[in-house]
Amino acid sequence: MNTFDLQISRFGEMAILLQWPQEVNELILADILAFVEALKSQDRSDWEYVPSYNSVTLISKSKFDFEQEKKLLLDAYSKRDGHQNTTERHCWQLPVCYDSEFALDLPMVSEKSGLSEEEVIRLHTSEDYLVYGIGFLPGFLYLGGLPQSLEIPRRDDPRLEVSPGAVGLAGKQTGIYPQNSPGGWNIIGNCPIPLFNPKLEPPCFVKVGDRIRFHAITKAEHKLRKIESEVGIYNLNKTLIDA
Amino acid sequence: MLKVLKPGFFSTIQDLGRFGYRSMGVPVSGGMDALAVRKANLLLENQPNDAVMEITMTGPTLLFETPTYICLTGAEMAATLNNEPIKNHNVVQVKAGDILSYGKLESGFRSYLAVKGGFLTEEVLGSRSQYFPVTAGKKLLERNEISYFETKRYDALISDPILENHFNSNYLEVEKGPEFMILGDAQLAELFAQEFTVSEKNNRMAYQIAEKIVGHQHTIITSGTLPGTVQLTPGGKLLILMKDGQTTGGYPRILQLTEASICTLAQKRAGDTVQFKLV
Repeated sequence: MNTFDLQISRFGEMAILLQWPQEVNELILADILAFVEALKSQDRSDWEYVPSYNSVTLISKSKFDFEQEKKLLLDAYSKRDGHQNTTERHCWQLPVCYDSEFALDLPMVSEKSGLSEEEVIRLHTSEDYLVYGIGFLPGFLYLGGLPQSLEIPRRDDPRLEVSPGAVGLAGKQTGIYPQNSPGGWNIIGNCPIPLFNPKLEPPCFVKVGDRIRFHAITKAEHKLRKIESEVGIYNLNKTLIDA
Repeated sequence: MLKVLKPGFFSTIQDLGRFGYRSMGVPVSGGMDALAVRKANLLLENQPNDAVMEITMTGPTLLFETPTYICLTGAEMAATLNNEPIKNHNVVQVKAGDILSYGKLESGFRSYLAVKGGFLTEEVLGSRSQYFPVTAGKKLLERNEISYFETKRYDALISDPILENHFNSNYLEVEKGPEFMILGDAQLAELFAQEFTVSEKNNRMAYQIAEKIVGHQHTIITSGTLPGTVQLTPGGKLLILMKDGQTTGGYPRILQLTEASICTLAQKRAGDTVQFKLV
C-alpha cells in the first residue's frame, strides 16, 4: 500500500481537513477511501466524512480538541494497513438517451470535437467512469476518466434551467444533473434513473469510489425506464468491482 | 394544528440540521441562527433539536387551533398575539383561535417561533429542516397546516429574562481557511482593514459580499465546504456559504466563520455592513 504525505489541518471549529497530494489520481482516492473506512470502523459516530478527489473533510457535531484528534488520525493512518475493507464497490450501468430531444448540445459537441454524433456517443459509453466525489447538489457525481477527445469547455452562456437527468460534458468531467438547476455543461443526453431519492435509505445509491458506465437507449426505452423508476420497479444493473 | 393564513416573505421549519448525508451532497440545513433556535427551545424547556419556524424579513400570519405556549427569538418584527404586542424571549400562553402576526422588521433579519414540544412536521433523513428537494416543500405556503402537541397548562421556568441579542455587532470572527495562504499582502490588507456590505444576493445557501477584492488565479481540486466557509472567486468576489450551502466547492476557501459569527451573519440583510476579524 502506498503511503502519502498527509496534511491535517483545522477547518473552523467543527471540522478537520485531511489533504493528500494535490492531484487527481485513482491511487490517492483508493487510499482516502480505505482510510475513511478504517475510521468509520472505530466508534466515531459524532463525525461525518466527505471524501472528494484528494481530500476528506471530517465534520463533527460538537466541538473537539484539534491536537488530540490530529494525533488519533495520524495514528489511525499509520495503522490502516491492518484494516480489512468491507465496503463493496460497484460499477453501475446507467441508461442514457442521446436522442436530439434531450441532447441539446450534441451537434455542437460533434462540431467542436470533429467527431460524428455516433462517435461521441460511442466514446461516452466506452468508459467505466470513477466517482471522485458527490457534491454541488444532492446526488451530483463528479466523474473522472472522460476520453480526451470529448473534453469540451463549458458553455459560454450557462442555461438558467437544465432538466433533471441531463447528462453533460465540461472540461475533463462528465456527469448527470440530479435536479432542475442552472448549468453550464454541454448537454448530450438524459438519464431516466434518478440519482437521488430522499424516500430511500441511502437516498443516493452511488458512493464515492464506485464506477458509472453509460449505455445508449432509445426514446421509447427512456420513457419506459422513467416510469419503471417512478413506480419503483426499475432494476438497476451493477457489477461488483474487485478491490 | 397551526394554520398558515399568510406565509410571509420566506418562512420555513428548521431544527438544528440534517447530519450524516453530506457525503451524498445533502447540505446540513437547520436554523441559520442556531443560537436563536437553541434559545427559543431552552426557554420552553424543549429538546435543543426541536423544530421551530424560521421567519425571514417579513412575518407570517398564523392561526393556532390548539392551546400551547410559544417563545420568539432572533430578529424583532413587532409581533402581536390577537393584536397585543409580545416580546422576544418571553414564554407566552396561546389559546385555541389566537392569531399571531408580525409587523415591521425592527432588528436582525430572521426571527424564530418555537412552540412547546416543537413543530411535528415530517422527518426526512433524520431532520425536519425544510430543504428542497429533500423535503417536498421549499417553504411554508398559505393554508399549510402544521401539527404540534396540545399544552393547556405549563409554568415556564424562566419568565421575562433580560437577554441581549447576540447579533448587534457587525464583526464576523473568522479563522484562516484551508487556502488562506494564497492571499497576498494587498488582499490581506483589503480583507481586514475595511467594512464590507452584504449584497442583495443573500439567502440560506450563501451570502455574497457587494465589494470585490483583488482576484487571483489559483485553482483547487473540488473539496469539502462548510457553513461559514468564505470562498474567493478568481474575479475577487467573496461568497460566504450558509446552512443550505453546497457540500463541496472548487473556489479557494480563504476564511472560516466561527459558529457564533454564522449566527450573526444570518441576522444581516442587504446593505448591512460586516467586518472580518481574525481570531
